[in-house]
Amino acid sequence: MGGLKALIKKELADHLSSYRFLILFSLILMVSLILVFMAASGIEDDLKGERLPKFVFLMLFTSSKINFSLVQFVAFFGPLIGIIMGFDGINREKNEGTLSKLLAQPIYRDTVINGKFLAGVVIIGLMMVSIILVITGLGIYTVGVKPGLEEFWRIFIYMGISIVYISLWLGVSILFSVLFRSVATSALASFAIWIFFSFFLSFGVNALISEVVSSEGLNYSDALLKVSKIEQALSFTSPMVLYNDSTATIIDPMRRTLSPFTVQLGLMEQASLTRFSGPLKLMQSFLLVSPYIVYLLAITVILFLVSYIVFMRQEIRSI
Amino acid sequence: MDAETVVETGDLTKIYNNQVAVDHLSFSVSEGEIFGFLGPNGAGKTTTLLMLLGLSEPTDGWARVLGMSALKQPLKVKRMTGYLQENMGFYRDLNARQMLGFIAELNGIPPQEGEERIENALKVVGLSDGADKKIEVYSRGMRQRLGIAEILVKDPKIAFLDEPTLGLDPDATNRMIELIVSLAREKKMTVVLSTHLLQQAQRICDRFGIMIGGRMVACGTMEQLAGRKLDIGKESYTLEEVYMKHFKEA
Repeated sequence: MGGLKALIKKELADHLSSYRFLILFSLILMVSLILVFMAASGIEDDLKGERLPKFVFLMLFTSSKINFSLVQFVAFFGPLIGIIMGFDGINREKNEGTLSKLLAQPIYRDTVINGKFLAGVVIIGLMMVSIILVITGLGIYTVGVKPGLEEFWRIFIYMGISIVYISLWLGVSILFSVLFRSVATSALASFAIWIFFSFFLSFGVNALISEVVSSEGLNYSDALLKVSKIEQALSFTSPMVLYNDSTATIIDPMRRTLSPFTVQLGLMEQASLTRFSGPLKLMQSFLLVSPYIVYLLAITVILFLVSYIVFMRQEIRSI
Repeated sequence: MDAETVVETGDLTKIYNNQVAVDHLSFSVSEGEIFGFLGPNGAGKTTTLLMLLGLSEPTDGWARVLGMSALKQPLKVKRMTGYLQENMGFYRDLNARQMLGFIAELNGIPPQEGEERIENALKVVGLSDGADKKIEVYSRGMRQRLGIAEILVKDPKIAFLDEPTLGLDPDATNRMIELIVSLAREKKMTVVLSTHLLQQAQRICDRFGIMIGGRMVACGTMEQLAGRKLDIGKESYTLEEVYMKHFKEA
């Protein structure tokens, strides 16, 4: 245990003093500032109407008035944070010959990889907490509303999901840092996976599916249904989709369903759905997304386990 | 010698990618001696050391260090052994003091005692002045001495030194040799070192093992090595002659 503590301490010090982290952090801080100001000005417009929205504070994170909210920002660029924290975790130690020195000390081999992962998660947590605190603080200052208890819990859960989501990508990059000896290869492989799951699966594949389905000669509505079914099935393999859907529901109490099948509803049906829509209770929102959260967690754990097993079985040559 | 056996292997074998790196190696090292591991590059010396430390799993055979199995009790073995690897790696961004502090922490040495040991080790290896500079700017000789300082901080019973003098200039080599001797004589450590410097090895080592192609072709004191296989007069032989003779035979 002492060894793990020492390792985490050193990893944290490394991260916090590296230029990489500094640049990344200031970048994210800058973007959050822009986002919160944009959201705040959007909210002012919303508040002018006669029907006041219920959860004003949460709109700081999701405001529809802006093209890009914090939730979307983290969904897109969170993976980058995770990847940057881990892509050279193990292979740099190998290349610089420090790994065998570490392992010659009285620590178990898995302590090294555990320490890397845990330190990464701590840094990610630190980043998320500070971003959310900044936004909350600025939100209170600019909009002048303070978060209620339920809003607080929603933000808290949102933060938890975000940390798991970014840690998942940390897991991806640590896996590649175990698999590939070259730091550049491992970074590139992580980016490739990121782009495949985040962009290709959610945008590129749609066109492909429509093409395939339309060649089957189904009538319009059947084809539409089939396309969106396949899309949904595929989208579950994309961490970004999982994250987007789950956080949107947590942060936006007005969202009642994660199903994309509203396309099947007629106009009047849709209207009647929205007509009676009040905000979901916190517990209900949470229940709605809990499978997603479990899924995200499971992917993270599996990724970590794979890197763990590969690392434990690797031959320590004179490195 | 009556001294206790601290390192012992039996039919230790390692096969990498269908290639035999270490072939049924059996040898032992007694407490307090300096054991010189000689042999050409790729003879399996490093692999043997890695297996003794429990860092590499033997394909066959066994290795015991201080009476413990390196395979089954790696943590206990690693607590009692120090290792200076070939082509030492360091965390460039740390300074010598931080590096040693990290080693002390990994070994669970209490902070106060650790600090004492660090200062002491820095003094012994002559790095007290540069201790606050980043390791990045250290010369090769300084880095190797820092490696010895790590071993001093850890204060193990056995030190495994893999090519400790590789790539050092003559002056740095001599300093290194002196440090190694002081580990054995003053700190009472058992030292197992691999080297290509036969003259220095002959000067400081008590016993030798010559490894060629994964096999130990000869093992023993200078007298035993020379007397058993070679007809070299006792007064004039050098380790180099012994080594070359074995090398040509193999």
